[in-house]
Amino acid sequence: MKTVKMVCAGFGGQGILSMGQMVALMAMKKGFNTSWMPSYGPEMRGGTANCQVVIDEAEIASPIVSEGITLLLAMNQMALTKFQPKLEKGAWLIVNSALVDTKDVPSDVHILKADFNAIAQEVGNPKVQNMAALGTLAAHMDIFNKQDGLDIIEEKFGKKNPELTLLNQKAFEKAYDIS
Amino acid sequence: MTVVFKKTKGLTNKPLTYCPGCTHGIIHRLVAEVLEELNILDRSVLIASVGCSVMAYDFFNTDCIQAAHGRAPAVATGVKRVRPDSIVFTYQGDGDLASIGTGEIVQAAHRGENITVIFVNNAIYGMTGGQMAPTTLPGQITTTSPYGRDVKTQGEPIKMSELIATIPGTYYVERVMTADPVSVRKAKTAIKKAFQNQVDGKGFSMVEVLSSCNIGWGLSPVDSLKYIKESMAPYFPLGVYKDKGKAE
Amino acid sequence: MGKVLMKGNEAIAQAAISAGCEGFFGYPITPQNEVPEYMSKYLAKSGGVFVQAESELAAINMVYGAAAAGARVMTSSSSPGIALKQEGISYCAGAQLPVVIVSISRGGPGLGGILPSQGDYNQATRGGGNGDYRVIVLAPNGVQEATDMVRHAFKLADAYRIPVMVMADGIIGQMMEPVEIDTTPIPKAPNLWAATGQGKRAHTNMVNSMHLDPYELEDHNILLNNKYLEIAKNETDYEKYLCDDAEVLIVAYGTPSRIVKSAIKTLREEGIKAGLFRPKTLVPYPFEALHEASKSVKFVLVTELSMGQMIVDVKVAVNGLVPVHFYGRTGGVIFEPKEIVDAVKSHLGGK
Repeated sequence: MKTVKMVCAGFGGQGILSMGQMVALMAMKKGFNTSWMPSYGPEMRGGTANCQVVIDEAEIASPIVSEGITLLLAMNQMALTKFQPKLEKGAWLIVNSALVDTKDVPSDVHILKADFNAIAQEVGNPKVQNMAALGTLAAHMDIFNKQDGLDIIEEKFGKKNPELTLLNQKAFEKAYDIS
Repeated sequence: MTVVFKKTKGLTNKPLTYCPGCTHGIIHRLVAEVLEELNILDRSVLIASVGCSVMAYDFFNTDCIQAAHGRAPAVATGVKRVRPDSIVFTYQGDGDLASIGTGEIVQAAHRGENITVIFVNNAIYGMTGGQMAPTTLPGQITTTSPYGRDVKTQGEPIKMSELIATIPGTYYVERVMTADPVSVRKAKTAIKKAFQNQVDGKGFSMVEVLSSCNIGWGLSPVDSLKYIKESMAPYFPLGVYKDKGKAE
Repeated sequence: MGKVLMKGNEAIAQAAISAGCEGFFGYPITPQNEVPEYMSKYLAKSGGVFVQAESELAAINMVYGAAAAGARVMTSSSSPGIALKQEGISYCAGAQLPVVIVSISRGGPGLGGILPSQGDYNQATRGGGNGDYRVIVLAPNGVQEATDMVRHAFKLADAYRIPVMVMADGIIGQMMEPVEIDTTPIPKAPNLWAATGQGKRAHTNMVNSMHLDPYELEDHNILLNNKYLEIAKNETDYEKYLCDDAEVLIVAYGTPSRIVKSAIKTLREEGIKAGLFRPKTLVPYPFEALHEASKSVKFVLVTELSMGQMIVDVKVAVNGLVPVHFYGRTGGVIFEPKEIVDAVKSHLGGK
């Protein structure tokens, strides 16, 4: 397989970091090598947040994704502006269409759009937009199926908060199905 | 023949290296006697500091750890936390405790560490040759205050007992002196209390002992004892500054 | 126990707990905060002691005290904090105390930055403490190796009665990777020398780094050095990757060595035979193995996240056999594989 070099970026508080962690966790459970690296420091106090996830069959050479991004999840415009120049040719771009305008994205990038805000509203809790994003992401990535996502949500939230688990799973499923 | 005085088991047979006339020897004896009388010699760990008492580890008949300058209360914290059954005490001078080690003593007190601190205040850096200490008296001549301590630029002498007593975590703080037989006996009572508190698990106890440095002060041993009483004690008033036991 | 996805700092803390760490003394500093946070949450549950010290200075001295009392102990910090610990590390080395120090390094000098850096190679390997001493320094390349090395550090500390530093960069501290932490108990030395109170012993114990008699201090330092020579003989460790047919040898340690591996793949795809030599122990440094590995190459390229510190040791190892070049980024900037590829090509082209 081709190495997945993913960047997830957005506002602090959008659940970007934990969503990235769940992708890495899913990859690990599927037997892949994986790494998750957050931006840290003053950056994490509000403003932007981003994390980098690498997935590979072989040993992960570099956990740092600074060039050749194969998959970018942009939850706001700033995130797209910041990382668009580092997308490799033929990369996939997943955007929150409620907040991101993609008219300047080069034509060699595949764009997947979904309104994560709307999905989260429909489900009834704006906080679950990150799980909607996870749904779109999982639908796009060959290595994951729907059940993988539902399972990981169950594992992450199940014991602590069964209600939130259901909401998260709903958001995930909605986004997965329309993608 | 009846024995009226016997060397305590708490001290080794090594001759003390202190200058003749210095009262470190008396304070050593008091601490050692207290450890013997409380029957805790075999549980005690001395944290020796840096200064004239740097070789205290040779003189006390207990397990000893030599600490870096000022850090004895942190070292004591490490020992006491992993070995709570040990009786851990620091023996520190004024340069060590009141200057370079102010952070460590304040924070150990603040955490309420169940340790005993013997603070020997002789208002000078004796070991390094008589330099000005934070506790040097106003006008006192030392090798780094050759014209006398100028409080305008060098500050007033720091009063550690008063300062430590204000910290909520401390259990017992008393200032005593070693100027005459009566004050020496009172000093022993205070030291005993400070160790008994630790045995009883009460918390942080410190005894400040006003002590002499006849060589550093340039006085005879007898005049030095007078200096403790007549010059130091008025500035550093003796007494109990904190005793949570009394309040209980 | 299977693999779990864990942040490096937390995995390091868990590895210490699994190694039987009895005491942790630390102070907050980015990017190592998850180590004390994890310890405060879990160490007491396994019977250990956690203390948040008032400073790094106090923390290392608490470690000194607890180790002197025979406990298996650790502290962790990052660059400016490690600088503050240097005094205490010297005392631990002088008093021959088994302690483990974790350094999650960031950019300097001064307050510097908080992003990953290798500017503390000299700090770790040369130390800032006074006197004739060495500490063992281990440098992991990822979360798994970091946990293995923390456990190994406790073993080495016990075996040689010496401070052992595990130096990882901020990437390892902050990154999550699948990890399986070994839970095999590590037997503890009896530490008959410890100062815990005389008890039933016939003699008192003393833990001390002071020897005023010059002949006594000389003997002591010779003993420390002999111990170090023994460590160099037994414990030197390194990894060689595609070195056998290499015409270009790249030397790197820590996480950047993985970036170099990625560059080597690219170089080989383009027909340039490059290999990696990665020291896993920075002290003792694998001088002989590196010397051997450099014999058949055109040149050596040292890559560091600094302005060049390890390069001094590499030059000692290569000893003039072939040219030694350098490529580095600093301040928290991390080089990309392409930069390494370009550096190799430029030196090849210059021939």
